[in-house]
Amino acid sequence: MRDSHTESDHHPDRDRDRLLVPVVDDDGAPFWEYAAQGELRVQACAATGCGELRFPPRPCCPHCQSFESEWQRMSGKGRIWSYVMPHPPLLPAYAAQAPYNAVVVELADAPHIRLVGNVVAEPGAALDSVDPARLRIGAKVQAAFTKGAGASAGASGVTVPQWLLERS
Amino acid sequence: MATLKDATAIVGTGQTPFARQLPESEKTLACRAVLAALDDAGIAPSEVDGLASYTMEETDEVEVAKSIGAGDITFFSKVGYGGGGSCATVAHLAAAIATGQASVGVAWRSRKRGSGPRPWKNTTAQLPTPAQWTRPFGLLRPADEIGMLARRYMHQYGATRDHFFNVALACRNRANQNPAAIMYERPLTRDMYMNSRWISDPLCLFDNCLETDGALACVIVSAERARDCRRRPVYVHSAAQGLPAQHHGMVNYWNDDPLTGPAWTAARQLWKQADFGPDDVDVAQIYDAFTPLIPLSLEGYGFCGRGEGAAFTEGGALESGGRLPINTGGGGLSEAYVHGFNLITEGVKQLRGTSTAQVPDAATCLVTAGEGVPTSALLLRS
Ligand SMILES: [Zn+2]
Repeated sequence: MRDSHTESDHHPDRDRDRLLVPVVDDDGAPFWEYAAQGELRVQACAATGCGELRFPPRPCCPHCQSFESEWQRMSGKGRIWSYVMPHPPLLPAYAAQAPYNAVVVELADAPHIRLVGNVVAEPGAALDSVDPARLRIGAKVQAAFTKGAGASAGASGVTVPQWLLERS
Repeated sequence: MATLKDATAIVGTGQTPFARQLPESEKTLACRAVLAALDDAGIAPSEVDGLASYTMEETDEVEVAKSIGAGDITFFSKVGYGGGGSCATVAHLAAAIATGQASVGVAWRSRKRGSGPRPWKNTTAQLPTPAQWTRPFGLLRPADEIGMLARRYMHQYGATRDHFFNVALACRNRANQNPAAIMYERPLTRDMYMNSRWISDPLCLFDNCLETDGALACVIVSAERARDCRRRPVYVHSAAQGLPAQHHGMVNYWNDDPLTGPAWTAARQLWKQADFGPDDVDVAQIYDAFTPLIPLSLEGYGFCGRGEGAAFTEGGALESGGRLPINTGGGGLSEAYVHGFNLITEGVKQLRGTSTAQVPDAATCLVTAGEGVPTSALLLRS
């Protein structure tokens, strides 16, 4: 088997420069497919009369137990719910950018749906590209997607959502 | 309905030295701790027929049983979620003994976390939710995951770093009384705390537990048998596990109220089975991988109201002579971090009257496992 994991295991020096890429599972795959198209979508129950959003994605609806689901498009607007500034010791690729921010963003469309991510100065910018003094709980942010964005996607080409502070 | 209440007792405890680095293997340390606990109880290894540990424990039942010379084992159990499983190892044995599945149970944890690898450095064996939704964004370590909840807690309830310092200081002060503690001869000051390096802002070095090599064990038997043992029995008065509805593990960011953790679920079950309440607890051993877990746990287990955990730490409340002395051996922050097992054995010492920071006439003790992950708790009484 020559998947990306075993390959990188054989190239520790190259691996050291990379951020972790999402380990996508069956339930989460649609999220990443939409992300690659620049869309932020969240799994929702497709049963008549339910429609509950749920995150992280899972096989069935915890409210009505339906296995039918659809992916609803979100506006990409949100607010910082909390954040940390990790300092070393960290995995090498992260240590190289530390201290950086990691945030939990609650979506304006559905406040109980939250996403972990990074606030960056512009799409594709490094994890430490925003002055920490500008971060605060409640600050408005907007999702951005950049294909192959250097910082968060590494060399893998996986598109991940990043967050930009709205000008206030 | 059958109940576990006071049906079983802890009659022996054992531990190895604690250090950043011990030369012996985890297996050897496990055997030393188990045999020390049996010796303390005055029970022959051949009588052991029940074993319980953590899923993260590297030495399995087969290895321990054949090394110590255990008899036929008729009950064995491993509990998941790291430090969340500590009290549940005792709880599972208590249930097995109370229902006749075993008669002499041993629970243990052996870990070389000081000299061994840091689990978060492993990028091939990640939990599914963090691997997809949090770790790629640099939320790599438990300190980052709990730091996220800690900052939200500070924002929501006005908790400050001084409150977290109160926790670190109480644990350090007790360690300074305990010759077995790693931080025995190392006092902590507010200056040291406030000027220490960040691990994951808002958490600094002293908000994080130690990295320790060591092993501990305890022996559980029926209350009837306990009366014939050489040590004063410490009864398992109540025991509970807690996995709340819509809980997500240490990255618990996706429910209506992420700050209401597994402690709340375990506590409801724990108190429902008990003859006494939080006000009657003389001393508590509260899982302290990170300082913010203490105020969160104080709220969960009902020592104060929601959002009042930080304020509860003020005025020396957690110190000897305070409203609720905690972690009287020094805890994971300052005695040793062995996934919380030293909190169980310290609870036993308090109720035997042999702690190095003895609470006068302590008769009841709460012991908790890791908050922020599926957890467990014990109410012990003398
Ligand atoms: Zn539904």
